[in-house]
Amino acid sequence: MSTHEPTISVLGTSALLFEAPGHAMTLPDQQRIWALAQEAGRWPEVREAVPGMNNLMLSFARAPLALADLRARLLAAWDAAQPLPLEGRVIELPVVYGGEGGPHLADVVAHTGLSIDQIVEIHSAPAYPVYALGSHPGYCYLGGMDARIATPRRKVPVLSIPGGAVSIGGAQTGVSASAGPSGWNTIGSTAMRFFDPTREPPALLQPGDTLRFRVQKVIR
Amino acid sequence: MIEILSASALATVQDLGRLGALRWGVGTSGAMDPLALAAGNLLLGNDVDAAAVEVPVFPFQVRFTEDGAFALTGADCAARLDDVPLLPWWVGEARAGQVLTLGLPRAGAWRASRAYLCLPGGIDVPAVLGSRSTQLRGDFGGHEGRTLRQGDVLRAGAAESGAPVGGFGLVPPALVLPLQVDGVPAMRVLPAAEYAHYTEASRAAFWAGEWKITSQSDRYGYRLAGTPLEAGANVEMRSHGIVPGVIQVPPGGQPIVQMRDAQPSGGYPKLGTVIEADLWRLGQAPIGSRVRFIETTWDEAISALDQMQAWLANVQRLVALYRRQQARS
Repeated sequence: MSTHEPTISVLGTSALLFEAPGHAMTLPDQQRIWALAQEAGRWPEVREAVPGMNNLMLSFARAPLALADLRARLLAAWDAAQPLPLEGRVIELPVVYGGEGGPHLADVVAHTGLSIDQIVEIHSAPAYPVYALGSHPGYCYLGGMDARIATPRRKVPVLSIPGGAVSIGGAQTGVSASAGPSGWNTIGSTAMRFFDPTREPPALLQPGDTLRFRVQKVIR
Repeated sequence: MIEILSASALATVQDLGRLGALRWGVGTSGAMDPLALAAGNLLLGNDVDAAAVEVPVFPFQVRFTEDGAFALTGADCAARLDDVPLLPWWVGEARAGQVLTLGLPRAGAWRASRAYLCLPGGIDVPAVLGSRSTQLRGDFGGHEGRTLRQGDVLRAGAAESGAPVGGFGLVPPALVLPLQVDGVPAMRVLPAAEYAHYTEASRAAFWAGEWKITSQSDRYGYRLAGTPLEAGANVEMRSHGIVPGVIQVPPGGQPIVQMRDAQPSGGYPKLGTVIEADLWRLGQAPIGSRVRFIETTWDEAISALDQMQAWLANVQRLVALYRRQQARS
């Protein structure tokens, strides 16, 4: 399997997954994913075009009888897709790192060999672009995490982490919007309401917005 | 109108699901057995996706606060209206004050774990983001965004249209569209993107083995236990959209099948997906029971969907015919 070609796979008959080539997560590729989502979202068999991290899921309004035509259309649309430079709002989030709200900070220390202060400094430095929403209502997947603090997902998912949990999963970071199960390493916590189903749109953040983490406190 | 008499019973209001809010991170929710929900609705002349009460814990009791028809589908749970036994997959008529009791599911001709109580016009709760299903993670939809409690009152969407028509039922799809391997309930699975990452022995074991549904299984997902699945290499995936039915394999090697309350994205490797047409079978499989998986193809999965739709269309036709006959006599 060449890593220079996108991969297309099925999720049963409910959806199809398109993945940009390679294993990295880059903003230019994400901007092409946003463009592809805009295009594919208009196709008749597609109910929703949902960006992930350098990938796109198409949920079907009606499962197509054959996939060849859809595959060909997707590949052609990807080739033609130009980066769509969405530039939204910048939101700052105060974070308490470690302590009860960051029970897995020690695991990130153990995995990376860095100190708590180094991890906090590296994690709070970048401006993180919102790449996609997913996981649970209002949750944002962020790009731009420094690879030095990447830590594998947990071997067994945690049954419930609280809302506002700031966590690292593989090379990604994010903030949970409500309590629920997670396979990520929770390193801190924040208080912010990310979702309100009565609002239009219901999610506070959208792809193209930017998140900054401000260090409110570090509990060692 | 019905009043819930049982104490906290994990029952929820569900329709066929919240389709079209994935881009805000909102999963689909919806009935674990969509076929039972749809059929129950058709028995009452409702839209197939009207909301009903999904009951996963028994015994479960409601009191009718006014006269009306109702349909019961899903698990055969020895239902009684006051003291009168009811057949499963049946339309009944209740008088105000009567109590409907659902007992423990019986392991008879088919084994199931969830019952659906449908009312004329569906359960009247507000649609949120296009659906009446309960979004437990987000605390919205259904009845106040939560599981039902003792004393909750639910309204039917439609006042009785003419005289209620009760006293008829259906042969359940578990008997009409059975699927088993060596006497064990089975579901068809389409291989997913990381299927080839698993060792040949693990792939063979996945299809050949029985998988136990562990007690850590619920509307979010079924954690299965069996021969651990070994990947050739551990891969850290980029998070991506997933759907109910996706079989994820965390590094421990014991698969988790995503169910209706599953999150709409994930990052664990995916071995395959239980096809949409068979998800109801898994949704009804009780905790502690064992299931088998059958490898399938796109074409077979599409024809399975067609078969399911054809069964529902036939139900709709038969119900219309019966109601017309009753109206004439």
